[in-house]
Formats: sequence, C-alpha cells, structure tokens
Amino acid sequence: MPPQKAAFFDVDGTLVKTNVVHVYAYYAMNRGSVLGIAGRTLSTAVSVPLFGVMDALDRKTFNEFFYRYYAGLSEDRLVTIAEDMFEDVLQPALFEQSQDLIDQARRSGCKVVLVTGALDFTMRPLARHLGADDLIANKMQFVGGKATGKVIPPIIEGANKANAIRAYCVKENLALDKCHGYSDSASDYAMLAVVGRPTAVNPDLRLRSIARAYNWPILDLK
Amino acid sequence: MRPLKTLQKLYDEESQVVITEKGSPPRALFYGEGFLQEDLPVGTRVIFPRPPMAGVPNVKAAIRWAINHPEGMEPLHALLKPGMRLTCVIDDISVPLPPMVTPDVRQSILEVVLELAADSGVDDIHLVIANALHRRMTEGEMRRMVGQKIFDEFYPDRYYNHDAEDPDGIVALERTSHGEEVSVNRRVAESDLIVYVNVNFVPMNGGHKSMGTGVSNYASLRHHHNPKTIRESDSYMEPKASALYRSNERIGRNIDKHLKVFHIETSLNNRMFGGPVDFLAKKEEDYTEGDRLKFQAMRYALSKMPRAAARKVLSAVPAPYEVTGVYAGATEPAHQKTLETSWKQYVVPVEGQSDIVIFPIPFISPYSVNSILNPLLVQVMGLGYFYNLNRGVPLVKKGGVLILLHPAYDEFDPEHHPSYIEFFNRLLPETRDSMKLEHKYEKEFAENPSYVHLYRKGNAYHGVHPFYMWYWGENGRQHVGKVIVAGAENNHVPALMGWDRTDTLTEAIEEARGFMGRSATISLLRIAPTVMVDVK
Repeated sequence: MPPQKAAFFDVDGTLVKTNVVHVYAYYAMNRGSVLGIAGRTLSTAVSVPLFGVMDALDRKTFNEFFYRYYAGLSEDRLVTIAEDMFEDVLQPALFEQSQDLIDQARRSGCKVVLVTGALDFTMRPLARHLGADDLIANKMQFVGGKATGKVIPPIIEGANKANAIRAYCVKENLALDKCHGYSDSASDYAMLAVVGRPTAVNPDLRLRSIARAYNWPILDLK
Repeated sequence: MRPLKTLQKLYDEESQVVITEKGSPPRALFYGEGFLQEDLPVGTRVIFPRPPMAGVPNVKAAIRWAINHPEGMEPLHALLKPGMRLTCVIDDISVPLPPMVTPDVRQSILEVVLELAADSGVDDIHLVIANALHRRMTEGEMRRMVGQKIFDEFYPDRYYNHDAEDPDGIVALERTSHGEEVSVNRRVAESDLIVYVNVNFVPMNGGHKSMGTGVSNYASLRHHHNPKTIRESDSYMEPKASALYRSNERIGRNIDKHLKVFHIETSLNNRMFGGPVDFLAKKEEDYTEGDRLKFQAMRYALSKMPRAAARKVLSAVPAPYEVTGVYAGATEPAHQKTLETSWKQYVVPVEGQSDIVIFPIPFISPYSVNSILNPLLVQVMGLGYFYNLNRGVPLVKKGGVLILLHPAYDEFDPEHHPSYIEFFNRLLPETRDSMKLEHKYEKEFAENPSYVHLYRKGNAYHGVHPFYMWYWGENGRQHVGKVIVAGAENNHVPALMGWDRTDTLTEAIEEARGFMGRSATISLLRIAPTVMVDVK
C-alpha cells in the first residue's frame, strides 16, 4: 500500500548544522578563476554581518537578497559543484542522528520529503544521500544557461512552506493531519502548524517556547 | 502519651488490621509530594504493611550459596566455559522504589558473578539493562546501580540499555502456541549463557516476565500489554489470577527452550524508610512524641516548598531495603521461592471487601523515578498497582468507590514522558475507552518517529507507554463504580480521567457514602511501605 502520510523535514539547522550562507560561501570559493574567487569571497565576507542581521529579521528578505549573489553562474557549473559541496560542506555537517530519524520515519510508513529554502540543485545530493523521496526547494531562474539571481516564485520559506506542503499532500493524496513536520526555527511555525504531528528539532528559543506551549515533542539531534 | 491500657484497647499488637475507634489517632497519609493528617470515621478498617522481615546477614554469601545451589539447573560455575559469550541482563530503575541505598543488590550480584566469570576464563561479557519500553537509564543512574568499578570497566560499550527499536538489534524466536510473537535483544539471543539479575520488589516482578518483557520489543509486548489481557487478569500480583502472567509464561517458556537463562532473583523486605523518616512505617498508635513532632515538621516544610523542591527532598532519601532471600536457577522453580518470600513480607489477610477504599498516592511510581508523577501515573498507581495489590480478590467491592489522595496536578515531564502529554491532551478528551484507544491510536503512537527517537536517543518512555499505563488501570476501572480524587487542586484533570473531585478526604468519604449508602464499609490501605491484601 502506498504511504498515506509523509514526514517533512526542514534542512538547515534541523538535519544539518549549516545554513545557506555556508553553501553560498562554498560556491564563492569555487568561482573558477583567481580573480573570481577573490571577488566573490571578499564581497561575501563583507556582506556577512548584513546577512546575519537580515536572517534574524526576516528569512524571506534574506533569501531573496542572498540569491542575487548567484547571478551569472552557469547552471552546469552550479550542478557540478553541488556534488562537491555536498561532500565538503553538507555531509560533514549532518547531525549523526539525522539518518536514524529519517529511517524511523520511513519505517513508520511515511514518505520522506525535504522542505528547504535552499536552492534545489544544492540539496539534491543531500536528498539522495538521506534517501528522501522528494524535495521541496527553491528553484533558481536560468536564462541562456546562466543564473539570473532570481528565484522562481513562490519563494519557499515561512508560510509558503506550509502552502507547499499542503499542495504536496493534495497532489500525493496524503492525509495532512497524519503527516509529521520537523524544523529548528520559529520562522517555520506555519510549516509545523499545518501538519498533524509537528516536532521541534534543536529549536531556537522562540520555537522551544512555542513547542512547550503546544506540547509538541522536542528533539535534540546530535 | 496514651497509657498502655488504652492502646491495647485500640488494636491487637500482632495484627496489621486496625479498626478505627473514637480515640484512634489521625492517620499520616501520603498526598503526592506532601502528607495529610486525617481523622477517619469510626469503624474504618486501616490495613498496615507488615513490619520488615529480617534481612540475610551476609548478602554476598547468600548470593554465592544460591548460585552454587540453584533450582533446576547446574551451579553457575559449571555453566561458565572459557571463551563463551555471557550476557548479564539487569532489572532497570523501576525497581525498587525508592531506589535502595548503595550498594544496590544488583551491584552485589554482579560483583559475585563477574568475579566467577573472570576466574572461569569468560571475557566476552555484556551487561544489558532490561528496560523494555521504559526510558533509558542515565549515565549517573547506571553508575549508581552497579558501582563505580563495574561501571568503569563496562560502560559504555559493554554496559548499556536495551534498545527495543534498534532495527538490527532484535531477534524473533518461534511464536508461542497462542501465536504470540517472541522477540529478544540480539546480543542476548546470541549469547551462550544469560544471567538475569533480578530485584523482586513486588510479586509481579521476576519469573518469565524478566526475559519475556525486559529485553523484548513492541511487536511482542502488544500480545499481553493490551486491554483484553488486563481485563482477564484479576490481579497482577497473583500468577494464578493473571492472564498477563500466563502470556508472559508462554513467551518465557519459548525463550527458555531456545536460550540458556540462569536467573538470580532477590526478594527485599519492607524497610522503605530509614533514618529520620523511619516513623512513617509505624502505626500512628506507635508514634512517639518525637515522631509526631518530626511528622508535623516534615508535613509543614513540604507544604511550604515548591513542588519540585519537595520532590527533590523526598527523592534524596534512598530506601534502606534489606535482602530477605536470594534464589537462583531455572525460571519457574527459582521464581516460586521468590514469590513465597515476597508474599510472606507483603500479604495481610483481611476479612471481606469494602464498599469504599482509600488509597493514599505517594510521590513516586515505577515510571517516575527522578521525574514527575503525572496524571496518567496517578491513575496507574490507584487503579493499576494499588488496586491489584491482592491475591485475586480486590479490596473494594464490585461497583464500590475508590478514593485517591493526590493533588492531581497537570504536570508532565517532557523529557521522560513526551508521548504522555499528547495522550492526555489529545486522546483522553476524545475517549477513555481502552479498546478504542488501542484500536485507533496505539500503533500511531508506537511508530511516531519523534517518540521512537526520544526513546532511543533521549531518556523518554516509548511512544506507546501511556497506552500501557491506561490499560494497566483497566480492570480497576471496570470494577469500581466511582473514583473520587480527594484534594485535587484542579477540575480538569479529574474530569478528563472520569473521576469526581473533592477538596478534602472528609468530603470524599461523604460523597462516597452518598453513593454507596450510609452503612458503607470503609478501608484504608495505609501504603507506603508496600502491603498486599488477601481478602477472605
């Protein structure tokens, strides 16, 4: 019998210790030419404090602003580098217990779906490694094989994550109230609230307090 | 101080049953993390625990004698062979209550067994805690249970908690004649010899339950941890009257057929309170002036403390239990001897059932060591354990009233009991019907990845455990006509449980009499220490 429920996992901070900044920094470091590396690394370094402030204030603005830094990079290269980036950045940052949690979700009859604000090509190797059935992620716009720096709307973040999950359940004929959701951040409150079985994973202070108030389980993945 | 003549009039010194008279002293009763002092109506039958039996003078000598003279098996030294794979399976922190003073009897047994194994050239030894679907014990608790030396030698690679959810860690044996699945921890199943280290706190511990439950998994446990089996069990403490015991027996016999298990069972006496609180085990008639002062001071201090602090204070006093017997060998003959000693310590014969029975609920249960006695655990203490402290005939009449003394606070420990929170807040408002709960929700909770993760990697009870707690109260729920929780500090907990509430015990007795009639008989089980009734 096909699964009637799914487990939706946020990625950054939930399954891995990194966030999109690390991923972009990796691309910046692998620009291809000495000048390119220097230029992008420098501009990234200069922007780090700005990223921090924006991320804390609003994840949507942060993502939109951040993805502009991909403009001009070729699609082939982005996809190729994604494999190396997974090995060098994401895999070492995976929480040891992430795989156990995902395996358990599968054993309990759930489809495993990663839901992330990161770009889809950066997350595909991770999804494959974890054995995820599906990936809901942002999609970069490419024109003539080059990234425009714009993300095809709607940007997967905050309330849009919840919408994407709802739409996915309709499409796959899953019972939303039987689905599980996992996230580390209060910015994913909507995603957690929309599923029937939300769980906070390594939650920030706001999410921890929300989870306590709503009696959601709290996991501390190591 | 009352003159001896008056005291003699009040009760027979040999008897553990006291009928309340006009001059009877007020009773000191557990009430969660505090105490109540209550006058009971004249005629109330008060059933006291037996005084502690004498412990064996030398525990290690008793252990050595038992393993050299086992029941139905060769002596342990004859079973140990160089190069063999030996696993010691150990009862977890749920027994005894409260945790006993160190050295814990499990440490004493292991010291003897491990020394013998070393002398016999056995090096491949693992120590596995038989926690079944209970929470994993913490490092500190594990150290305390076996002592620093054994802990340093075996922890963490060779001394660990059983993991019932390890996909590679369970082996399925042949099913029983009733189709029950039999699953056992892989390391245990692949050992040449298993030594089971038991602490028999109440008669339902030990025997086939040790292996059949302790190192098993959900797939196997669901065959007897279910409402139907519980309804068919008149008492968990009397094997003859327990379908739960019979199922464990079938599973255990299958295990014995496939694996070589050498049981070392120990029985404890009733010395639950030591040092400054030893008076709690006395009848109030025997209190000295000093005891009364101590009781009042303790009651006052605990009532003024935050509940968490009171819990800490009470948990900080370990029980000075003494070992009354050590029995080793094959499962059934060794356990029979343990049961006899256990009954001798706990059973008090009483004449007839009562219309109204009062259970004071203390701060601790097998599932709340170093934690909180949440509402589901209050329920399991009253309708599960205390109701079942009999030999097949409950103390309360069919359709009678149970009065529980507890604040019934709405507090849960999210670290130890995360799935209890969901069970209490999501399921109980929908139904209290055990059959419906089992059918509709048990599997979902048992397989919830978050709860499985918290059980395996944290210190949480398994996701299915709150269901077992609810089922545990099933025959009590089916039997009684009404439950009143006296002293409940809120309305919603008793309402969710399906209970009435009153502010005081006096009001609860009035309400119970209104339900059962003015001439209703009343009994108080003056627990703790542990006491079982044999209703004639």
